[in-house]
Amino acid sequence: MTSGVYRWMLPIVFALALPSVAWADWGALNMPVGVTEISGKVHALHMRIFYWCCVIGACVFAVMFYSMFKHRKSKGAVAADFHESTTVEVIWTIVPLVILIVMAIPAAKVLIEMEDFSDSEMSIKVTAYQWRWQYEYLDEDISFYSQLNPAHNVARQIDSGVDTEQFEHYLKDVDNPLVVPVGKKIRFLHTAADVIHSWWVPDLAVKKDSIPGFINENWARIEKPGVYRGKCAELCGRDHGFMPIVVQALPQEEYDTWVEEQKMKTAAADMDAIRQWSHQELLATGAKVYDANCMSCHQKEGQGIPGMFPAIAGSDVVTGDLDTHVSTVVHGVADSAMQAFGSRLTDTDLAAVITYQRNAFGNETGDTIQPSHMRSLRQGLSQSALNVTPDNLKGVN
Amino acid sequence: MSYSDKAHDHPGHDEHDDHHHGPAPGLMRWITTTNHKDIGTLYLWFSLIMFFIGGGMALIIRAELGSPGLQFVDPMFFNSMTTMHAIVMIFGVVMPAFVGLANWMIPMMIGAPDMALPRLNNWSFWIMPFAFTIMLSTLFMDSGGPAGGWTLYPPLVLQMGDSFAFVIFAIHFMGISSVMGSINIVATIFNMRPPGMTMMKMPMFVWTWLITAYLLIATIPVFAGAVTMLLTDRFFGTSFFSAAGGGDPVMFQHIFWFFGHPEVYILILPAFGIVSSIIPTFARKPLFGYDSMVYATASIAFLSFIVWAHHMFTTGMPLAGELFFMFSTMMISVPTGVKVFNWVATMWRGSMSFETPMLFAVGFVIMFTIGGLSGLMLAITPADIQYHDTYFVVAHFHYVLVPGAIYSLMAATYYWIPKWTGNMYDEKLGKLHFWISTIFVNVLFFPMHFVGLAGMPRRIPDYNNIFADWNFIATIGAFGFGFSQLLFVYIILKCIKGGKEATAEVWEGARGLEWTVASPAPYHTFEVAPPIDANTVTR
Repeated sequence: MTSGVYRWMLPIVFALALPSVAWADWGALNMPVGVTEISGKVHALHMRIFYWCCVIGACVFAVMFYSMFKHRKSKGAVAADFHESTTVEVIWTIVPLVILIVMAIPAAKVLIEMEDFSDSEMSIKVTAYQWRWQYEYLDEDISFYSQLNPAHNVARQIDSGVDTEQFEHYLKDVDNPLVVPVGKKIRFLHTAADVIHSWWVPDLAVKKDSIPGFINENWARIEKPGVYRGKCAELCGRDHGFMPIVVQALPQEEYDTWVEEQKMKTAAADMDAIRQWSHQELLATGAKVYDANCMSCHQKEGQGIPGMFPAIAGSDVVTGDLDTHVSTVVHGVADSAMQAFGSRLTDTDLAAVITYQRNAFGNETGDTIQPSHMRSLRQGLSQSALNVTPDNLKGVN
Repeated sequence: MSYSDKAHDHPGHDEHDDHHHGPAPGLMRWITTTNHKDIGTLYLWFSLIMFFIGGGMALIIRAELGSPGLQFVDPMFFNSMTTMHAIVMIFGVVMPAFVGLANWMIPMMIGAPDMALPRLNNWSFWIMPFAFTIMLSTLFMDSGGPAGGWTLYPPLVLQMGDSFAFVIFAIHFMGISSVMGSINIVATIFNMRPPGMTMMKMPMFVWTWLITAYLLIATIPVFAGAVTMLLTDRFFGTSFFSAAGGGDPVMFQHIFWFFGHPEVYILILPAFGIVSSIIPTFARKPLFGYDSMVYATASIAFLSFIVWAHHMFTTGMPLAGELFFMFSTMMISVPTGVKVFNWVATMWRGSMSFETPMLFAVGFVIMFTIGGLSGLMLAITPADIQYHDTYFVVAHFHYVLVPGAIYSLMAATYYWIPKWTGNMYDEKLGKLHFWISTIFVNVLFFPMHFVGLAGMPRRIPDYNNIFADWNFIATIGAFGFGFSQLLFVYIILKCIKGGKEATAEVWEGARGLEWTVASPAPYHTFEVAPPIDANTVTR
């Protein structure tokens, strides 16, 4: 009877095993060795414990299968009646204990090295938001946001009709990568503005939770120039799967050039904030800001998701008093998914997106909010005790 | 002749005739019952129904993950599926199924007429369907169901919409049910054993459940406290878990995992007991190292209270904390190893036959060991920092829970269903069920090790193309495994309807009091304390 079962199970096994051989991308099999000394050591630990597990598994299963084939009633085996042996039991308690100690010592050594933050040569503060990262170079006065590549953001929408295979780094690419020099011990300071996130770059063997109100740290010294990709590793809401990390490691001179460029960009953005913008300019910029920051909750047409995310179209807040609207966008709404965008968007972007919201999706208020007006409004609003601006966020930390 | 038949021959029997009644007729039998067998049956059916609800959610998850890009569901709904799948499978399937088995088997195994607290028993079951109706109803609310993961980490969980209060309320009721069930089990084991049934003569399933019941009584109130703190943070202005008010979100994780880690042993210790009952039967040889099995179970239970923060190696603990939790976690593999070695030694030089319960039990030992070994890898903190929150972890805990806990439940069903129904199940179909399930469950979960190591985080609805092939294979495995469970239901229904009549002993090598009563077990068993001797105990 059993042979009948086996006979037709066999083709099923083969049918399932064959395609897995033919299609599988064998690259996606194991932990990367990475590009830091620590990541190499972590990989070595991983392989060492893996081999131990293979040896233990092989021994246990060998005895078990031998027994299952030999000691069968159908082969006339007669049951012995031993049921304990102190010697054997002591041996199989001591031997695993010894293996554990052999494993624990190198693991503890690597862990101690990972937790040694002394002599770091530069510091970058990483603040996580739903669903993007902010990088602040504490020694350089450079700060910017980094989020999913906009093209991927379009492709990943349900029924987008876009073939994701055309993007080599689908969901692993961002608009502004984190740029760092090679060879320097970089200390990362992690915090979050809303919920818990986790900053993970496998090639650097760093993963640390970003916790609102607290600062965590870890470090990396990248040995090889290149682009290293990671992801948020802690469930952080709707778009948790869509907040990648890209670290671009440059040789020192190229990094220095990049730093200069960034400083010039910051100066240009400041100029933007004080000039007079046209209504059309603001609407065009506002649409982009909306798509990047508001759309995932409030949806493409501003219709929201009933019960979860309120609509922008026809909203009382958006079509009503300007100060309330500004305050909602800048400070967010407590205990809801509506975050404070004041610290995240520039005055120009805030002015543009508020202008856009007040004039799009059938909201015809005709209002125009200038970046300069936004700046003064925000200074007025900052009297509020709940305020979170980039300046006082720095103060807190 | 079975002992219950003997009870009828008891000289004093006629005087007590009015106490001898069968079940009440109709639906009221099930609502008002205080009979341990009826309540066990209710728990087991409830759990089977929830298994298909939770499994349906798993198939939605796997369908979405079948290929890159979003095809079927919104990311928010995807998140509520992963959250609900976990809540249903843990609190709605594995725990009630173990309580159901405890209800059916513990009184019969120790020779007691019923559970110690029969009315409490009725109540602890009947809370469950209501708790789960509330829990599942949140999926139909405007705000959607819980979507922050079954671990309910704040601040994310506080962003949940109107369903938040319903979820907390439902969790409280599940907890009340579990605690009442556990108190009943402890009371039964301590008070209802007949003379001669000493603690060290109890079947291993009774021992593992006794220890599990203590874990539940110790940890469920901690969980209840944690979710109540979430509730007051949300509605009453406290800030236990909000830094803005002087609280700490990580404190929730400590409290949660102080419950959560013992909880994972709650999900596996009774499974150890089941396997320790089945393997000796089919090896026709007593369990090897009974005493060390008891001590190993107790050690695992003790260690489960001092390893919780290994779920939190990336939260920024001090180095000393990380080292402590790494060492204590590695220690767990010692008593767990003792158990596996004992099972292998029980099989060694036995006279084995491989009926369906034995196949599932052997499958359990092999695949649970695979999950245990990946657990040992996860204990190595520097490597865990890479593994944490990836599909490697998903592979690990599904190996210990699906071909682990779930296989033990299937093994238990095949092992005891002749005793429950009086009929033998269809052996041919049972074996077929085992082989199909075992192939697909590995096709489903093994590739997850690879994508996890290669960098795929868990709880994401979409991913890069490099993970596409393995995910597609896992999805094939999921549908294969899911649909082959319909065969399980068919086999159960067929067995209830009829089949070869089962003897009282059912299995040639079976020992223990439950095999001394007729099959099907009479509505009331052991109204007179059975004699406890070498033939009626498992050791």
